[in-house]
Amino acid sequence: MSVTNEQVRHIAKLARIAMSDEELERLVPELNNILGWVEQLGEVNTDGVEPLTAVIANKLRLREDKVTDGNCRDDILANAPVAEHGFFAVPKVIE
Amino acid sequence: MTDLTAKTIAELREGLLAGEFTARELAEQYNTAVASARALNAFTVETPDDALAAADAADKARGSGELGSLAGIPLGIKDLFATRDVDTTAGSRILTGFKPRYESTVTANLRRAGAGMLGKLNMDEFAMGSSNETSAYGPVISPWRRADGGNAALAPGGSSGGSSAAVAAGIAPAATGTDTGGSIRQPAAFTGICGIKPTYGRCSRWGIVSFASSLDQAGPMARTVHDCAILLEVMAGFDPKDSTSLDLPVPNWEAGLSSDLRGKRVGIPKEYRIDGVPADINALWDKGIEWLRDAGAEIVEISLPHTKYALPTYYIIAPAEASSNLARYDGVRYGLRVETNGGLDEMYAATRAAGFGAEVRRRIMIGTYVLSAGFYDAYFTKAQRVRTLIKQDFERAFEQCDVILTPTAPSAAFGRGDKSADPIAMYLNDVFAVPASLAGLPAMSVPGGLDEQGLPLGLHLIGRELDEQGVLNAGLAIEERAGFTAKPKRWW
Amino acid sequence: MADAAAPYRIKGETGDWEVVVGLEVHAQITATASKLFSGAATAFGAEPNTQVSLIDAAMPGMLPVPNKECIRQAVRTGMALEAVINRWSRFDRKNYFYADLPQGYQISQLFHPLVGEGEIEVLLDEKDESSAKRIGIERIHVEQDAGKLMHDQHPTMSYVDLNRAGVALMEIVSRPDMRSPAEAGAYLRKLRAILRYVGSCDGNMEEGSMRADVNVSVRKPGDEFGTRTETKNVNSVRFVMQVIEYEARRQVELLEEGGSVAQETRLFDPDRGTTRTLRSKEDAHDYRYFPDPDLLPLELDEAFLEECRASLPELPDAKRKRYEGQGITPYNASVLTAEVETARWFDALLEAGAEAKQASNWVVAELFGALNRLGKSIEESPVSPAQAAELLGLVADGTISGTIAKQVLEIMLETGEGAAEIVEKRGLRQTSDTGAIDAEIDKILAANADKVADYKGGKQQLFGFFVGQTMKAMQGKANPQVVNERLRAKLDG
Repeated sequence: MSVTNEQVRHIAKLARIAMSDEELERLVPELNNILGWVEQLGEVNTDGVEPLTAVIANKLRLREDKVTDGNCRDDILANAPVAEHGFFAVPKVIE
Repeated sequence: MTDLTAKTIAELREGLLAGEFTARELAEQYNTAVASARALNAFTVETPDDALAAADAADKARGSGELGSLAGIPLGIKDLFATRDVDTTAGSRILTGFKPRYESTVTANLRRAGAGMLGKLNMDEFAMGSSNETSAYGPVISPWRRADGGNAALAPGGSSGGSSAAVAAGIAPAATGTDTGGSIRQPAAFTGICGIKPTYGRCSRWGIVSFASSLDQAGPMARTVHDCAILLEVMAGFDPKDSTSLDLPVPNWEAGLSSDLRGKRVGIPKEYRIDGVPADINALWDKGIEWLRDAGAEIVEISLPHTKYALPTYYIIAPAEASSNLARYDGVRYGLRVETNGGLDEMYAATRAAGFGAEVRRRIMIGTYVLSAGFYDAYFTKAQRVRTLIKQDFERAFEQCDVILTPTAPSAAFGRGDKSADPIAMYLNDVFAVPASLAGLPAMSVPGGLDEQGLPLGLHLIGRELDEQGVLNAGLAIEERAGFTAKPKRWW
Repeated sequence: MADAAAPYRIKGETGDWEVVVGLEVHAQITATASKLFSGAATAFGAEPNTQVSLIDAAMPGMLPVPNKECIRQAVRTGMALEAVINRWSRFDRKNYFYADLPQGYQISQLFHPLVGEGEIEVLLDEKDESSAKRIGIERIHVEQDAGKLMHDQHPTMSYVDLNRAGVALMEIVSRPDMRSPAEAGAYLRKLRAILRYVGSCDGNMEEGSMRADVNVSVRKPGDEFGTRTETKNVNSVRFVMQVIEYEARRQVELLEEGGSVAQETRLFDPDRGTTRTLRSKEDAHDYRYFPDPDLLPLELDEAFLEECRASLPELPDAKRKRYEGQGITPYNASVLTAEVETARWFDALLEAGAEAKQASNWVVAELFGALNRLGKSIEESPVSPAQAAELLGLVADGTISGTIAKQVLEIMLETGEGAAEIVEKRGLRQTSDTGAIDAEIDKILAANADKVADYKGGKQQLFGFFVGQTMKAMQGKANPQVVNERLRAKLDG
């Protein structure tokens, strides 16, 4: 199955990566090359085989309900490109 | 003054305890070595003061006898590990200048044992690569050169290329690496050092920049098997902050080292004999078989029928997980932000386009695609089913053997730019390494010999879940018989 | 299905339309101190970004670890909704980009939720048991809440506060079983009451701890379901009902004009009472759900489930039936069990010895009125259940009349004194002394001979006048029953 320019444009949008038309042109055959290669998995008979849910057998641990974290606003904002009055600031969103 | 940079960690530990030299002398020698090797571009940032501080603390503690197992040993830390207040970039432009206010569990473990840090090591961007050519901070050049005198710059392997180059060049006694699809083992093979990826869940992933969550594992890269055992014991251990961490005690791998393989069976998988692989690699594999036989092991032919599907399986699952793990790099809370005249989505798109390199963008696109509506079952679920089959292959094989021997990589180190044209050609570097990653099994590369061009070749051992000891022991048996003492001739 | 009233229909040009409603309620688990996957605090109203851990801020290398109490509260809630608890469930990532979503994905449960099918019984008319309707629950899953964006603090920037990011939510998805705004309102109110009984969520819609996404479609009765729209984040029962009314009418008009309803997400504008498009299908998110590889499947053992079950309080329906069994009217029983605080107070009153039927009438008729006047909730009641029991006991044993009891209650509310004390101090004992009563009656009858004649002539309704006059003359302290008997004897005898 191969991807079209339109599909790649849509994926770039889903992934929030800006792409010029030239980049798109270059990327489409690259992606098709890789997708064509991975498609050989279609040869494998996987009837009755469960998808892997845990790499190594392990139990999901549940932790106690205690406040052990937070209250560290300085650390949280320390690397922010734009922070104001204790908030992260982003270009305005219209809802 | 003795060249302390020629010593292994085991030797350094003895020497420090015996008072033959001080930790400060050791740190100073390494700091000098690091500063003089910038042509390799192995380090993205140098932290000589950190190494000195740990050294001084070790020298002070020596009197009281309360020395950690790595007291005063300076290490290189792959730039994927968060190190408090020190730049952590994951080899990417999108994290330029990011200084975490926290320390990864693995590096905290090393520090608690007394180790210091020489600096952060360069790497393929977000650990995606096999040649350290995708770093935003320039490629790492291997300290090795071909014997043909051509001076071509060679790749040190990847993604832990800075780690392998530094250890091989003798500018760090050891380094941390991470391995998702071979990124410890393949660079170790390319540069003639040892590297081990433990069982999935042995080392905590907390504080390691996440690439593919179900595959990432930290591990040591060092000059000897013994050194790897020492380091892995410190790095590993249960971490309640990582839900995939194994709640099991860390075995005494160092104490358990033994190259006596009597009673052990070594499996040789027929599917790993591939067309197009250079003759000297298969020849080394045959030698490896002899060495293990000599160590007392029985050699058994085994089959891992789904081997050839491992790479495509990996190249669906890893990009899928990565596409989601890398969504957080959006210019809002840390890292690069590119302002535009548009709104939020425009900022996201411009930031990520500018911040991510081509290989990372490619893999995010693949990952997004294979998870998207209409394709999820055909690609992602299918790959997870095949992954189960691959894991079952190993389970069946380990009924007939205790450890598996293969070559580490299908070639020696290649030249910079040799494989950049075709991503798939680059992906094929990991053909022997990836199956063990998919199955979560411990695996190690040890140097076996040199090829016709005088470049190192590695042998690869895969063990059962939780049997790092079996892997280390087989690695030790090879190390003892291979007699690999070659070092790169200094050109930097 | 019992419909006490006529079914709800939207009258269109081409005939009557039926509305089909489903509700997805997001209920914050307010019972926990920390978040679903991080140890940061969850309390409402903190300074921005002070209840945010590195995990909540999605720093590189951070990993989620689930909170046992969140899981426990979600299981208890499922049990209270008579739902199937899935002992094996899994967390999935829902991937999309927004400034209130630091990870770029929300950890949720799509493929295998924690709780399966259940149901709620609602009474569309509290006075009418036959108006009961069972509304199905499809599933409940746990997921992370998002942070908060503020758009009005700066001309060109929006501000992000991640305090709420990572707080545990239960998403309770109903089946599309509702057929009117009233049904939806009743469902929400009942669900909210149950959540508050269980204690998992405080149901505080103004503060945002409970909000509803309203799915609305229309059809001609008997037809297939039409295309539905989803109106997100509606934060009051009244608004939910408005949304349904507006959306149903909008869709009917659209369809009758020959258009079609777009499957889309909408937002409610409370000022105008209208909904508008938020996202069209073209912009629709492709969430690319996949199992979260940082977590393992969640497995619950029998012991855990048993403890959850044992910890549940008596729930509203069971309590209502118990009250009815004790002689309380269905209406009163509904009113008393609607809110957990009221039920608790009433149970304490019964435990203090009050008789059920009398107590229920008194609480509904007298206490509620008094509390309303004072602007107090029942938890703030100046009169405690024990004090109320004492007051009711005095009426039950004839010490005071019901009328006097009202007076005593006022004094209790004002002064905080006990009922018996008040009765003694102010001499409010009612008298059953026939002698004294007869004497007063004789005086009244003598003073109103004309009315006596009218009464004997057929105006039976004047009896009440004589009762009133007698009670007045005796300052309300006459035992009304005895007054009645003696008046009857003297007038009719």
